[in-house]
Amino acid sequence: MKQLSVIDRILLLFTAILAAYQIAVGIDGVDAVPLWAYTTGFGVLLLAGLLLLIFGFEALESQLVMVVSTLIPLALSVGLVWEYLSAWRAPYALFAGAGFGLVVLTRLAGASRGATITLALVHGVAGLTIFGLPLLLSLRGDVGPGFALVGIGGALIGLGGLLLLFLKLGRPVLSQRMILTVLPALLLLTISAFVAGFAAGA
Amino acid sequence: MTMATKLRGQLRRYWPLIKSLQTGLLLLTGLAAYMSTRCPVSNWQTLVALTGTLFLAISGSTVLNMWYDRDIDARMQRTAGRPIPSGTVRPAEALRLGLLLAVAGVGGAVALDPLYGVVVFAGLFFDVVVYTVWLKRRTPWAILWGGVSGGMPALAGRALGAGTIEWVGVALALAVLFWIPTHIMTFSMRYFEDYRRAGVPTFPACYGFRATRMTIAVSSLLAALIMGVAAYGVGLTVGCLRLMIVLSGGLLLLAVHSLMRPSERLNFGLFKYASLYMLSAMLLFFLV
Repeated sequence: MKQLSVIDRILLLFTAILAAYQIAVGIDGVDAVPLWAYTTGFGVLLLAGLLLLIFGFEALESQLVMVVSTLIPLALSVGLVWEYLSAWRAPYALFAGAGFGLVVLTRLAGASRGATITLALVHGVAGLTIFGLPLLLSLRGDVGPGFALVGIGGALIGLGGLLLLFLKLGRPVLSQRMILTVLPALLLLTISAFVAGFAAGA
Repeated sequence: MTMATKLRGQLRRYWPLIKSLQTGLLLLTGLAAYMSTRCPVSNWQTLVALTGTLFLAISGSTVLNMWYDRDIDARMQRTAGRPIPSGTVRPAEALRLGLLLAVAGVGGAVALDPLYGVVVFAGLFFDVVVYTVWLKRRTPWAILWGGVSGGMPALAGRALGAGTIEWVGVALALAVLFWIPTHIMTFSMRYFEDYRRAGVPTFPACYGFRATRMTIAVSSLLAALIMGVAAYGVGLTVGCLRLMIVLSGGLLLLAVHSLMRPSERLNFGLFKYASLYMLSAMLLFFLV
């Protein structure tokens, strides 16, 4: 597997620092539920950056990392839905809870086709929510135009998730080396878009 | 040869004797603990004096340890290249340097503030006399005293800022104390054969690898828990406390994972994460 280069390390370090910054400054004027949901999402991004720095790309082979990383889109989407789609709070929270539980259960049972489909489905819905909702809100003028950057961040992390998922399935869209080469930059771009988007939307 | 060139040469020979990374981290704990009392940063004279005296005392203590352990170092592959066993620095020269640094560090500390000076001296005494000379070659439990001495810079820094020894300073010292076994035990597993050859009693040799890994995990968790309590006592902002919760969560996850699926790689990763955690917590105390 590809070894971390100095550039990779720098990119991952900046990813971790930006995630830590976002957790520490929080997001102004949000309730406790979205605040902790965002904290969980950024927290997992922070830990992902640190674990990649410590263990290298081999960390991506761990089932635990696979399961925990599902929390990034799930937690961020719960925060967004709770904040902007109040009618969908309970059903979406139920979906997120059940979806995460299913991912854990199917992964514990072994790396089967069912586990991959569950992961893709849960990731897909959460990813589309993070991508679509901020774009829609900013197009309608409910929030500042800068908030659309959160959607861009959602698209980027969705792209990263898909690349890794297809790689795991043995049908990679790009070569493993290429995916691992772009991953640190993709993570930094994602977190940068999230941080800038939330700052603009506040 | 000019005086400056000669000095540079000496410095290059002596520098590896002070284990700059370890000394730097311990120095940071002292500075962070001092800053956590919210002393006016404009009091730069005290900050400079604290930095100087702590650096001298920690370095002195490290050089004296290297001097005393030179026979062990020579028998271990990992340490055989250190300045004394490799012949770069003569033992008597190292002893003189260690004593000079230690006396200057403790002397300066006492002159700066008697209470601070006493704590700095206690750290040096526990490290050199109790840990290295008395217990290290007798029992694997010596690392507890290594931990106590490792916590002293934090206690000293806090005592200098607060003017007294209070519970937050003790908590900071305890957090470092519980971090130190993570460091020492990880190395004693990684270089198991080295330590066995040198005849140093270690946890893995006396209690086995499984018990050692469990001790490392529990010790890391206790360090995180106590650091959290100290962070509350210091009065960190809610946002920084949130960040500490996240970082502690990562430590918990790694510790539990290393217990469930023990491996050397995971264990070394836990050690690296715990060190990073300690560094981040201290930076937060320092900056916020």
